[in-house]
Amino acid sequence: MGFREYRIGSILFGVALSSSMMITIYFPGLDISSVSSTSIALEKQLTYGKNSSFDYGDPFVQGKDKPIKVLLKKDPITGATMDDTNAYVFKPGTSLPSGLVHEHIMGAKVQALSVSLGKTNQVDESKGGVFLVQSSVKDGVETPYIEFATATRGWTVEATLAAADQQMLAGSGKTMFVREGCWWCHTLLPEETHDWQSFGRPPVVGDFNGESPTTFGSDRKAPDLLHVGSRNSSKEWMMMHFFNPRLVQPHSIMPRYDYLWGETDKQGNKIDLAKWDEEFNAYREGTRVYPPEVPEYRDDTEIRMLIDFVLNLK
Amino acid sequence: MLKYLFAKEKDIPGGSAALFFGFSCLMWFIVGTGLGSFNAAKLAFPDWFTHSYLLQFGHMRQVHVHTVIFGWIVGAFAASAMYIVPALGNTKLWSEKLGVWNCMLWNIGLMLALSTLWGGLTSGREYSDFIWPIDLYIVIFMVTPLFTNIFMTILHRRTQGIYTTNWFFAGSFFMLIVILLIGNAPEFFHLTGLNEAYMTWWFAHNVLGLLITPVAAAITYYIVPKVTGNPLYSHRVGHLHFWSIVVFYSTPAAHHLMSSPLPEWLKSFASVEGVLILVPAIAYVCNILLTMQGRWSMFVENVELKYTITGVLLAIPLNMQGGFQQTRAINWYVHGTGWIVAHAHLALLGFSTFAEAAAIYYGLQTLLRRKLYSLSLANFHFWMLLIGFSLYWVSMTIAGLIQGAAKIYEVPYLDVVIAEHPYMIVRWLGGTLVFLGNIVWLWNMYMTAKHGNKIEKGVLPHQVAYVR
Ligand code: HEC
Ligand code: HEM
Repeated sequence: MGFREYRIGSILFGVALSSSMMITIYFPGLDISSVSSTSIALEKQLTYGKNSSFDYGDPFVQGKDKPIKVLLKKDPITGATMDDTNAYVFKPGTSLPSGLVHEHIMGAKVQALSVSLGKTNQVDESKGGVFLVQSSVKDGVETPYIEFATATRGWTVEATLAAADQQMLAGSGKTMFVREGCWWCHTLLPEETHDWQSFGRPPVVGDFNGESPTTFGSDRKAPDLLHVGSRNSSKEWMMMHFFNPRLVQPHSIMPRYDYLWGETDKQGNKIDLAKWDEEFNAYREGTRVYPPEVPEYRDDTEIRMLIDFVLNLK
Repeated sequence: MLKYLFAKEKDIPGGSAALFFGFSCLMWFIVGTGLGSFNAAKLAFPDWFTHSYLLQFGHMRQVHVHTVIFGWIVGAFAASAMYIVPALGNTKLWSEKLGVWNCMLWNIGLMLALSTLWGGLTSGREYSDFIWPIDLYIVIFMVTPLFTNIFMTILHRRTQGIYTTNWFFAGSFFMLIVILLIGNAPEFFHLTGLNEAYMTWWFAHNVLGLLITPVAAAITYYIVPKVTGNPLYSHRVGHLHFWSIVVFYSTPAAHHLMSSPLPEWLKSFASVEGVLILVPAIAYVCNILLTMQGRWSMFVENVELKYTITGVLLAIPLNMQGGFQQTRAINWYVHGTGWIVAHAHLALLGFSTFAEAAAIYYGLQTLLRRKLYSLSLANFHFWMLLIGFSLYWVSMTIAGLIQGAAKIYEVPYLDVVIAEHPYMIVRWLGGTLVFLGNIVWLWNMYMTAKHGNKIEKGVLPHQVAYVR
């Protein structure tokens, strides 16, 4: 190096860089990790599973390796009616979310309750199982926790899926949301000021434990979607809007997602996009009175997953 | 190029690696701006090219971003470093062979990275979109060889001191390795929640702040004194610039997430540190502009300086925006709007692209030992770039202000979309000018390589007169 100054300089450089990382990574990391999950965070973990982007379980980002969210109106085992309950079904082998695998994700109290009341220590990824989000009130403080219903109530994967009123592939849908780049235009993060009125409640710190990736989005060319399901819960509207947003919003700049329908529609007919376009153009030019029909989608399509995800954003 | 991969070190002509990097970054620049222009068209005319998985905006946007960042910006940095560092050390590149391999692995890696990303394999994190195997490839085969080569060249220099430019080159490429490894930790170790979100922006912020802006500045520290013949105005101020970058620029990552529920102390800290970014910024701009003393006519007469100084002048609004965007009130207004997109292009398409274009113009002439083929085409390219960029910047800034105002008055979002439409079209036009200008540039450089007038030994390109 030659000069003594450069030795000193290099050492100073190291000191400066490490202390900057201490302040910008280590301290915030400690601070953020000390926050306990809210029930929203637990629901998100159970809905979205381990990871919503590239991962061993889903190397081609197709929404594989994800749990199913179901709506139950009766107990799957006894058949007794009960209040509407959301349960999260992990088929055998489905990767578990971080909170169920690692100690320090959910927060100490939530973790302790999930083990003592929820029996989550009995979970085995290779056998799968059914989960619920519960909360316990002690001394006026409400603490959410995860219940492993397969251990506590004997709810098996098959029985729960059979008894389910509705199955939502919202976890796979989040993968679609990530892959299709919806978050280049939409945010999932209402801001703390006026957005409250138009887009709903901003999230709080504990809402994110265990979620990955969070896809807040940095660029808002379109409405925030964090609570879109409570503004608009119409499946038909979503279907038309995703097939061609200009069907319902003539001035929208949102891309068409018609390719997510796959080759055929629900009835097994081939979807002819070119013909649809022709009819749609005729409608736009006024030579046709009604717009062409949007084909119904099959239950195993990517658009089904995406719509389930969007409608689940309450 | 291929014949040098297995040649003996002494048989590879000096400057080969820089030359290959120079031409490859030019190609990527054209591809990248073409993609940008296509994206802009998609936002202006959404019914253009539909039904296709690959041509959808959400799949192409990040491909544009990474093509221009890794293909053009960082590629041009590699090219510049590989001829500037030896020149400043009065020596040869430590290993031309490593450089040539580096260039090949760079292009292969970029092709792999962009095609996987385009196909939808993404980590879902802005700016660290590549999946982790690709991230590892980038660190091991693209950035580490580059750093090693540059650092060893500096160690083997035949001058006593190390010039400002070289501190930045060595420091920034080293920091890039650190940033890539730490910034992708959420993927390597599956970190989740706010930690993951914050680390994503820590990465993004530092790639821009510790690599792109400082290295672009480093290039101007070389070009301006070299071409004007003036010594750098002040080495002390250069010190101030370097050290304040390391200290202030590496800390305000949280300013990208001011509206998220991160800890309040972190946001306040980022806000303050962010304003302190003005220290290196002002030091740098003053230093360069004062170096120009007595030579301002060259700003008009000399192409390389025209590019460099335009870049430096664009750094003034850039840093003014950068310094104040993160104070909470302003951030709330501009966050998530087109303003930020305009700011990003001011930094990358404005400041650093202009600085690098100068380095590539100058470097390719030096390495080829040929005078630039056509001055008029270079001037044409300059104006295409400047007008295109200005249209882009102004239109997106206005669009951003409209979006910000709409936040206050709670305008229904569809009305905002309608109001922005004309600006989207202008942005597309501006970007297309840049793209077309670049094609002209590639042609000009190709003709320089083939038919440019030979430059005698011991003469620098800018000392030779144009004949065409
Ligand atoms: C090019 C930007 C862009 C992309 C990409 C995009 N959108 Fe949109 N989106 C818009 C715009 C603009 C609107 C508002 C106008 C409208 O309703 O079409 C919108 C509206 C919506 C709405 C209705 C919002 C409301 O408040 O009623 C939903 C739901 C939606 N988008 C979902 C998605 C999903 C899911 C994706 C990804 C598959 C996506 N969008 C991708 C621009 C985009
Ligand atoms: C060297 C040149 C360029 C660089 C370095 C560059 C860089 C970038 C970056 C970093 C972003 C992300 C911005 C953000 O997230 O805020 C971006 C987005 C974008 N760029 Fe470029 N860009 C360049 C040239 C162009 C050109 C010539 C065009 C043509 C119009 C263009 C069009 C776009 C578009 C449409 C987006 C998406 C913006 C959005 O989502 O609203 N870029 N670019």
